[in-house]
Amino acid sequence: MKYLNEFRDGQVAKRMAAEIRQITTRPWKIMEICGGQTHSIIRNGIDQMLPPGIEMIHGPGCPVCVTPLALIDKALAIAAQPGVIFCSFGDMLRVPGTDSDLFQVKGRGGDVRIVYSPLDAVELAARNPDKQVVFFGVGFETTAPANAMSVHLARQRGLKNFSLLVSHVLVPPAIEAIMSSPENKVQAFLAAGHVCSVMGFWEYPPLADKYEIPIVVTGFEPLDLLDGIRRAIIQLEKGEHHVENAYERIVTYAGNLGAQQLLAEVFELSDRSWRGIGLIPNSGWRLNDNYRKFDAEERFQISGIHTEESPLCKAGDVLRGAIKPESCPAFGKECTPRHPLGATMVSSEGACAAYFNYGRFLSAEELANSGAVHA
Amino acid sequence: MCLAIPGKVEQITTDGNVRMGRVNFGGVVKNVCLDYVPEVVVGDYTIVHVGFALSKIDEQSALETLDLFRQMGALDEELATEEEAFARAAHAPQSACPDGSCELTGQSLRSTETKSERGQ
Repeated sequence: MKYLNEFRDGQVAKRMAAEIRQITTRPWKIMEICGGQTHSIIRNGIDQMLPPGIEMIHGPGCPVCVTPLALIDKALAIAAQPGVIFCSFGDMLRVPGTDSDLFQVKGRGGDVRIVYSPLDAVELAARNPDKQVVFFGVGFETTAPANAMSVHLARQRGLKNFSLLVSHVLVPPAIEAIMSSPENKVQAFLAAGHVCSVMGFWEYPPLADKYEIPIVVTGFEPLDLLDGIRRAIIQLEKGEHHVENAYERIVTYAGNLGAQQLLAEVFELSDRSWRGIGLIPNSGWRLNDNYRKFDAEERFQISGIHTEESPLCKAGDVLRGAIKPESCPAFGKECTPRHPLGATMVSSEGACAAYFNYGRFLSAEELANSGAVHA
Repeated sequence: MCLAIPGKVEQITTDGNVRMGRVNFGGVVKNVCLDYVPEVVVGDYTIVHVGFALSKIDEQSALETLDLFRQMGALDEELATEEEAFARAAHAPQSACPDGSCELTGQSLRSTETKSERGQ
């Protein structure tokens, strides 16, 4: 295969793992922020290649997982209304609200659509002037430019039947919240590569200084992750704390200026509740005054919703990195991707789903009996 | 959901004031907004998230990444049609390690034999 080169070569990974073992003299706890990175780490067994003292703590970077239950219940209520076309990315379908999920709302006759891009929802609004088209704008900084463009174009095209249900959250305030928590164990961060493709990494040096933590901008592929971990450990071992870019083929210091410009035009900072974590000041974006009439929360006055988390679900502890998924008593029993109690078991970026899908909690014997291993 | 997938720009068009294009992701072609990457021309590779190109990338990195993401199942999820996405939600796994991939967990990188067995 022409493009099979050393980048994905097992030998290079082995050498990098050996180097990490060589430079590591003490135990360190490193958090990968992004759920996509968590999946790559578990899928490829990166954590198992590391020296015993190096613990990867899985971060809250799963947008679906941190969207508050109250907002999901609101989405379900809007989606169930007649005359509404409710558009979402596919990973939101199974996320449990208090009593239901979008998949069930569709089964009961709600017009729920899965779109590839928010612009598809804008097109739906243009083609269905007699319907209200709502897009569930969930995501971190990576997704925000797409959602910003959708609402910008809807305004430009004079579409009065398009609105955005916004649940945008940001990485730097999450780092602040984690580092300020009395139970914090994190000593270094792998920053999320694709978030930084949009935002650059100019926001991170003040955080590295303030909390005296190494922050390494890291990609998603196995060697990217090993390289990010290696660089974080080198800093930790030397007692240094600065921001490094280990994802130079994608990320620049300044980021994507065109995207940042439209983000500033459409959104403003706002406090956000993070599911399982709680309110973090200025940790998200909402539509600003110029675009507020496109805010689905303003357009659909939903009240009187009963919101209640499952008492069995420990997703909040998982999202804070306080426990690993398999420590939750409901994990793999009451809670599976088919019947999830929490969003971390649904999303492809959720830590519980990663542990479940890759059989990380099973003993070798259980794995063999589960039929998953083809000898 | 924060993954951006590399693809090759095959065509550039303008839709109203918006720079759009057809981008090929290892065989699957999608409409993509190119407004945020004014430097990208036909034949370039770019990383795309939810239908938006975010950054240019060189061809070799793009092809390697595509190949890896395909193996990790990320392409199927990111590029699914609406029908496929609904089917995926309907058939969410109920038993652990549904795709048998956990046999590779922790071994796919450590063992070069594993790699060669997986068909170069």
